[in-house]
Amino acid sequence: MTKQYLIDYTLQLADNALILAQRNSEWCGHGPVLEQDIAISNISLDLIGQARNFYQYAATLIGGNATEDSLAYLRDAIDFKNNLISEILNGDWAQTVLRQFLVSTYQFYLYDALQKSPDQQLAAIAEKALKEVTYHVRWSSEWVIRLGDGTSESKQRIEKALEEIWPYTGELFIPVQHETDAVTAGIGVDPKMIEENWKQKVSTVFSEATLTLPPQNIWMHTGGKNGIHTEYLGYILAEMQFMQRAYPSAEW
Amino acid sequence: MEKDFSEIFQSKIDEELKIEPKDWMPEKYRQTLIRQISQHAHSEIVGMLPEGNWISRAPSLRRKAILLAKVQDEAGHGLYLYSAAETLGITRDEMYEQLHSGKAKYSSIFNYPTLSWADIGAIGWLVDGAAIMNQVPLCRSSYGPYARAMVRICKEESFHQRQGFEILLTLSKGTEAQKRMAQDAINRWWWPSVMMFGPKDDESPNTIQSMQWKIKRFTNDELRQKFIDVCAEQVKVLGLALPDPDLKWNEERKHYDFGKINWEEFWQVVQGNGPCNKQRLEARKKAWEEGAWVREAAVAYAEKRKQKESLHAA
Repeated sequence: MTKQYLIDYTLQLADNALILAQRNSEWCGHGPVLEQDIAISNISLDLIGQARNFYQYAATLIGGNATEDSLAYLRDAIDFKNNLISEILNGDWAQTVLRQFLVSTYQFYLYDALQKSPDQQLAAIAEKALKEVTYHVRWSSEWVIRLGDGTSESKQRIEKALEEIWPYTGELFIPVQHETDAVTAGIGVDPKMIEENWKQKVSTVFSEATLTLPPQNIWMHTGGKNGIHTEYLGYILAEMQFMQRAYPSAEW
Repeated sequence: MEKDFSEIFQSKIDEELKIEPKDWMPEKYRQTLIRQISQHAHSEIVGMLPEGNWISRAPSLRRKAILLAKVQDEAGHGLYLYSAAETLGITRDEMYEQLHSGKAKYSSIFNYPTLSWADIGAIGWLVDGAAIMNQVPLCRSSYGPYARAMVRICKEESFHQRQGFEILLTLSKGTEAQKRMAQDAINRWWWPSVMMFGPKDDESPNTIQSMQWKIKRFTNDELRQKFIDVCAEQVKVLGLALPDPDLKWNEERKHYDFGKINWEEFWQVVQGNGPCNKQRLEARKKAWEEGAWVREAAVAYAEKRKQKESLHAA
């Protein structure tokens, strides 16, 4: 029998990718520059691809009638395990690119470690995703630097975004039960182990962007990985799941 | 002197040689191309909006990925086309300016709303289908950069059209609710798609000159007839119907006869009174205005970088 922690761990990886993809795709057709509209849509597409791979794997672990779509479209917020940072509002371009940088950097170190997992499926998905995420980190860090060291308005906006988003970063590195179990089983990545690398990279980019790291003692929001979300997720799901809910068991 | 140039120019065209950006060309040829290419580019960009409307609600992850990739392709088409127009001596910002002020037009079809998922299928099948009919001859346009951009675009468009048809085919094999959704979408998108070929030949002021310059290869009515003939057959595969009681095969003409087009509606939408004209233009203007600080920051940062580099060099 498949261990529940492995299912939950895989779903967490999938949910993180899907919810951020859903958010980023809101930019499609509305970006500030045509080339960047394409870039953010591309990141969204990569994330959908990653989510699908993780959901498909989770579906085989769960068995029965589970599919990538039943997992994405027929679970409610309480069962979604994504980090809160994926679901918060896009805000302006500063908030979107800063969030992307903080999440992509986290995904980079996570996938880099996960590709060595003895779970061959997770390792293979991580290896493939790492190539994409490497580009996401580069693209988003360039934007953070450009906005931080651009005009006084862009600096002000990205500082405001930082204030908004930073309290959602702590959760990334605080393991919940299914993560701890996956780590104990030797399959998952201990988030504590990637925290240092993440901080290092963030502080390097921030220094080039002339941004100051927020103080250590800031209160961090948590709960996403245990299904306790912000108010935003309910609306994301209401919109995303509408068709599957309104027309149960139809083929599309 | 001008007469010599003009003769060389027309003889190149008659010999099917391409006109390139640095070649001499009549001012009116340049202006006609700028108008046509920029209008085409704007159509791609505005066209992202009605379909983008369903990305967040696509009914499966596979459909979501396909739709997002498709809308992204349209942004790419916009890019190639703006670049092609820029070779004629206009900047992308000037073209945006013309779009936002209402001076430049875009395809009226995008002023219709996408009300259900089936609309995404109908747009792919009918709207992209009509666009392809219009665009395939443009791959042989006399202006080189435009012709080359169109070759790439047409390849992707025919892929989109197949995807759209496949959405409708899936719906047509589905539940009653899905069939109803598909038929409703076809009912709403059919006539606007038929109108995409533009006014009747005797009311299309630019056609004769454009055909002589080989910017255009077929007349509006020729292309429209071809489109109707193809769709009248394809709709049978779907087991659905086109909303035209007068649609009937004419053995003598070897074409389908079709009903009367509502030109009043056509001109009203062109003049800005379609169901979504205001929303579409507002969305484009909003993206542009709200992106101003981002573009300024990018320029300022690039300047700073340049200064730092020249300091290092010195």
